[in-house]
Order: sequence, then structure tokens, then C-alpha cells
Amino acid sequence: MRKMLTIISNVLRGSASRNGAELVSEGARVVVSARTYADFTPQATFDIKKCDLHKLEEGPPLQAVLTREEGLQYYRTMQTIRRMELKADQLYKQKIIRGFCHLYDGQEACAVGIETGINLSDHLITAYRAHGYTLTRGGTVREIMAELTGRRGGIAKGKGGSMHMYTKHFYGGNGIVGAQVPLGAGVALACKYLGNNEICVCLYGDGAANQGQIFETYNMASLWKLPCIFICENNKYGMGTSVERAAASTDYYKRGDFIPGLRLDGMDVLCVREATKFAAEHCRSGKGPILMELQTYRYHGHSMSDPGVSYRTREEIQEVRSKSDPISMLKDRMLSNNMASVEELKEIDVEVRKEIEDAAQFATTDPEPPLDDLCNHIFYNDPPMEVRGTNPWTKLKSVS
Amino acid sequence: YSSSDISDHISVTVRDALNQALDEELERDERVFLLGEEVAQYDGAYKVSRGLWKKYGDKRIIDTPITEMGFAGIAVGAAMAGLRPICEFMTFNFSMQAIDQVINSAAKTYYMSAGLQPVPIVFRGPNGASAGVAAQHSQCFAAWYGHCPGLKVVSPWSAEDAKGLLKSAIRDDNPVVFLENELMYGVPFEMSEEAQSKDFLLPIGKAKIERQGNHVTLVSHSRMVSLCLDAAAVLAKEGIECEVINMRTIRPLDAEAIETSVMKTNHLITVEGGWPQFGVGAEILARIMEGPAFNFLDAPAVRVTGVDIPMPYAKILEDNSIPQIKDIIFSVKKTLNV
Repeated sequence: MRKMLTIISNVLRGSASRNGAELVSEGARVVVSARTYADFTPQATFDIKKCDLHKLEEGPPLQAVLTREEGLQYYRTMQTIRRMELKADQLYKQKIIRGFCHLYDGQEACAVGIETGINLSDHLITAYRAHGYTLTRGGTVREIMAELTGRRGGIAKGKGGSMHMYTKHFYGGNGIVGAQVPLGAGVALACKYLGNNEICVCLYGDGAANQGQIFETYNMASLWKLPCIFICENNKYGMGTSVERAAASTDYYKRGDFIPGLRLDGMDVLCVREATKFAAEHCRSGKGPILMELQTYRYHGHSMSDPGVSYRTREEIQEVRSKSDPISMLKDRMLSNNMASVEELKEIDVEVRKEIEDAAQFATTDPEPPLDDLCNHIFYNDPPMEVRGTNPWTKLKSVS
Repeated sequence: YSSSDISDHISVTVRDALNQALDEELERDERVFLLGEEVAQYDGAYKVSRGLWKKYGDKRIIDTPITEMGFAGIAVGAAMAGLRPICEFMTFNFSMQAIDQVINSAAKTYYMSAGLQPVPIVFRGPNGASAGVAAQHSQCFAAWYGHCPGLKVVSPWSAEDAKGLLKSAIRDDNPVVFLENELMYGVPFEMSEEAQSKDFLLPIGKAKIERQGNHVTLVSHSRMVSLCLDAAAVLAKEGIECEVINMRTIRPLDAEAIETSVMKTNHLITVEGGWPQFGVGAEILARIMEGPAFNFLDAPAVRVTGVDIPMPYAKILEDNSIPQIKDIIFSVKKTLNV
């Protein structure tokens, strides 16, 4: 059957060189869609790496079931994050994005895997490497990019920038290293208080993991059995400082001491998903907090002002790209198990590219916020008030 | 003041007024809860939360470990997720450990999110000098918190202030820093029948004229209001009538009330317990310079403040580190050139 289809598509392609391109794409599309339902494996089971466990008798399952639909969705989302971040890199170099810009490419499996292990009704908070999470938590590429370029169509109307993006049940985007961890535990406290069976995922990096307020939070979360999943995204470098130079113990999954922990491969979206499901179940059953360490990697430097090669080698970066790229890993799994075709994935790439281009177009043409928005949003639910301008004669207006 | 029969008035200490406010607001709204060191089983380090844990239990009144940065952050996160926490600092000196959460997580978030994320939280506790607690436990934080957009900063004086303003602070959907005063906790005040009601609220951002006068305006907040009134009583015997303004709120500052008074009396003295440099008085004087009342001044406006030193321990030294009644009287006479 397959051989016959290949022959047919070759014939069609051949005729197109005489009749024009449209015929080929029509023909090729017909050929591809004829394969969609008949030929692909609807789901497959994959072996995933065992997690290192701390104060846990058993961990997440060693196998993960992936359906075709899930695979395509994870692929699309990870690719969207990847291309969005690369576009942000481009715009930053063109000076259309200013200030801080901390890119997430390389770490896509974390954001995507975590979201598939929880519900949109759960809560999540992270630090400043937040564009990926803003997307998985319901933001659109358009409003994320327009926020980076500081336009009125940005997710925070241009007033927050890269580090301060919010959506429903997503509390940013936080600029002060470590401060988001107590905040996340507070969100978890609210979940427990309101009895809504929701949990809070609270992320921080290997650099933040040494912050005192995180240990204060471990203590209270544990004492009060808050439904909080602490997740350390260990990308091996806190800015330019490698983990060995910053932490007396780099076993971040054990640093919660009395809090059970897991360490897992953060480049494998299925590993991340299964571990998150396991952790969410732990929290929802009232056992209190749990800690996950995701071993991951960022291709970019710490931020756009860091080339990222003074403290690590280009060889190291290249090795991760070729051997552990999260998107390639998923793609290989799906192709080798006949869960998708090369063309199909290419088509997704094309669609993603278009979405990013459209978003970038919007982000570069949308106007900046109006000046009379300058003083708004100081207080919520308050009558309009006056705000002093730069001099005593300038009185500006502020509304809620 | 209300013109009702004085027999309706009862004597209530500032501590009890605060306790009433907390009790009433906890009862009124399920989402309100109190957390801090010793607030529950100890009944409060200064007994402000006496009886509340017994009445409301562990869920609503939470004893925290001695980890200000952590529990202040937890309180802010809870506010972001829909609760209405009251975060107590045993004294505001300890809030310095948590100040990042107050400013960067609470105060700025509604603005940074362009209105997506409000933070309805109250940070409360005793502020400023006490008695014999020395340098690390005596700092006034009115100026530091008053500096920051996104915060409301309240500094009550009387029992009525304490009750009405704390209730308003708790009902406010924004971060409020509520600066109490340990030395005022035990001071009784007459509370009108109106003030005794469960719905008694005082507006944040409005000062009160505690004493009318024509010769000089004294502007103050918290415990120093008592000293201003005492000084005014002494000066009245010499025919000098002081108008005493109780600021009630540090931010937003009720500049209009001060300007109106200065335009009447032509003389201004601010009185505060905190340090002089970049302080509350400094701000008031700057505003008067920039506003319509400047042309009405017959003498430069001046500040009476704490001495510009860390607070010493020995009683004689401590007494001379903060404004005394005689300092206010002296400053009035200098300003009036009498």
C-alpha cells in the first residue's frame, strides 16, 4: 500500500513540474491525508528513565503511554515555545526588545510536561525565565511577543515586560530570585483553605535553590501540609556560576530534607509528565508538599546580554543539542513508532512558523501604550486619584 | 465628633479597639485570616489578637515560625490567590527581613500586571520607638513604606482611629501597611456609639483635625499626636492656639487638609517620632513649598523629629532621643517669634 502511494505521489510531483506547483501540493495533501487514519499507530508505550528518589518508597511509573494526539500536541507546543524564543532573540538583537530577556529554548519539555501533569485550574508560579510558562498557562504568542516589545496589545499592556507576565492561575513572571517560592506556597495555602482540591506548582532554578526563603518555605509548607509541588529546574548554571561552584550539595531534590523528592530527566517530556502526575496525586491526597528536580539545559546564555560561552564550552552546548534535544527526542519517538509522518511534523513546523511570524508582525506594529495609561493600575477598585508627575505643576490621572 | 449624648461613649483602649476590628472583620468575611508569630496560642505578643484563636481556630489564626521573609511571602501569595490575609510583624523592625515581599511582591504587582493581579493584604504591627528596647527595636518605618507607590500606609493614633482604619484596611483590595504603636496599646479613649458599631469605617487618606486653632498648625501621626495635644494645652494658657492635625494616613497624604489649615494659621510645624532625613515631615514641608499654602506662610515651616541617631538604651538618653512636649512648645514659640 505504502509503495503504491509513493509511486502515485512521485507521479504527481513529476507532472507538477509541467503543470505548476499548486497541483503538487493538492496531490501531496490528498496523498498524505489518505494515510492519516489508516496507517498511524494511535498510541504507544515508552520506557522512561527511573527517577532518583528521596524519602519515597516508590516513584512514578517506568513507562508512559503516549497517544498520537498527545504527541502531536506536545510537539506543537514545544516547537511553538522554541520558535517564539528564537524570534525573541532576533527581535532583541534588532533592539526591538529591550532590557532583560531570559530565553527558555532547550527547556521546553519542562513547561510542556508539567502542564500535561496538572489542570489549567491548578496554579503555577515561576521566576523570570517565564515565556514558555506564560504560553502553557493560556497566554497567546501574540500577547507574549507584544509584551516583550512593550506594546499596548501585550499581555500586561506593555507595563510588565519579559519578567512580569500573568494569566489566570499563573502568578508570573517574578524578577527577584527566590521570592516566588513563598508566594507559591501562599497560593497553595489558599487552595487548602478554600478546599478546592487545586494545587500550586512552584518553580525555581538551581541558582535560586540556595535562597534562605526557600528553606523557610519548605518548613512552613511541610508543617502545614500545603499542596505545593516545588520544582527545581536545574539547567546547571545560575547565570555564569556552575552548580558545583554555587552549592555545597547539588542534590537539589534532597535539599527539602523532610520533603520527599524526585530527580528526573527534564529533557524528556514524558518523564516530566509522569513525575508531575505522581507529584500532583501526592499533594491532592493531603500528604503535603513534594519536590521535583528537573535536569534540563538552556541553549542561550542566562539572558540576552550573556553569550553563554564564557563559563561553558560550545562543545557542551552542541552535545546537548545533538543528543538530548527535547523536541528531537519526541520527534524520533513518534517517527520510529509510526505515530506521525515527517511531512505531518513539517506541516506543524510551517504552521508554527507562521503563527510566530504573525505574532512578531503584530508585536512590531502594534502601537506603544498611550501616555495616559502611565499612572493607571496603582490600586484596584479605588476611585480615580491624582499622581504627581515629574514636577509640581504636572498632575497626572490614575484610575483602577 | 458625633453630637450624641456623652453617656453613649465608653472607654476603650487602642489594643481593644484593634481586637474588635480584627474580630468583626474575621466574622464578616470568611476569606480574612491572621498569621504571624505568637498570634494564636499566645494571644498575640502584645495581646492584640487575644481570644481570636479560641474563637476562630487554627484555620483562621495561624502561628508562624520565626521566618518573616517566608511567611510574608506566603501571605502575599495567599492574597494573590483570593484570600484576605492580615500579616502581623511582631514589630516593624522585623519587616525589614521581609521588605522585598512587601514592596516587590505586594506593592508593585497590580501595576506590573496592568490590573490583572490585585493583592488585598494588610501588614500590621507596632512601629517606632517603644521604651527601653534600644536601637534595633525602635525604628520608625513610616517614611520608608510611605515612599513606595502601590502601598497605602496608615498610622492611627486613637482607639477610634485604630478600629475604623484597621477595618478599612482589611476591606481595602490593596496592600496596606498598618503602623501601630506599642506605647499606645494600653491608652484608653472615649469611643462614640457610632464608633462602637460593627460597620464603623474611617476612610484611608483623610486626616482629622483633633483641635482647632488659629495661630499655628501642628501636623503629626501616631503617638506624637498626644504630645501635640499636650503641648497645645500648655500653650493655650499663654494665649497661643494650636491647630492639631492627626494625619491618620501617611500615604496617600492628605495634603489638602494641611494646606487648608496652613492657609488659616500661616505657621506650620510637623512632629514625628522618626528620623529627620528624608522623613514624613520632610515630605510635608516639600508639598507645602510646592503648593498653594506657601504664600500664606509667615515663617519657614519646620520639623520636630527624633534625634538623628540609633536609639540608645539608658532612660535619660532615650528620653532625649525623641520629641518631648517641651520641644514642641519651644518650636512653636520660635516659629511665632514669641
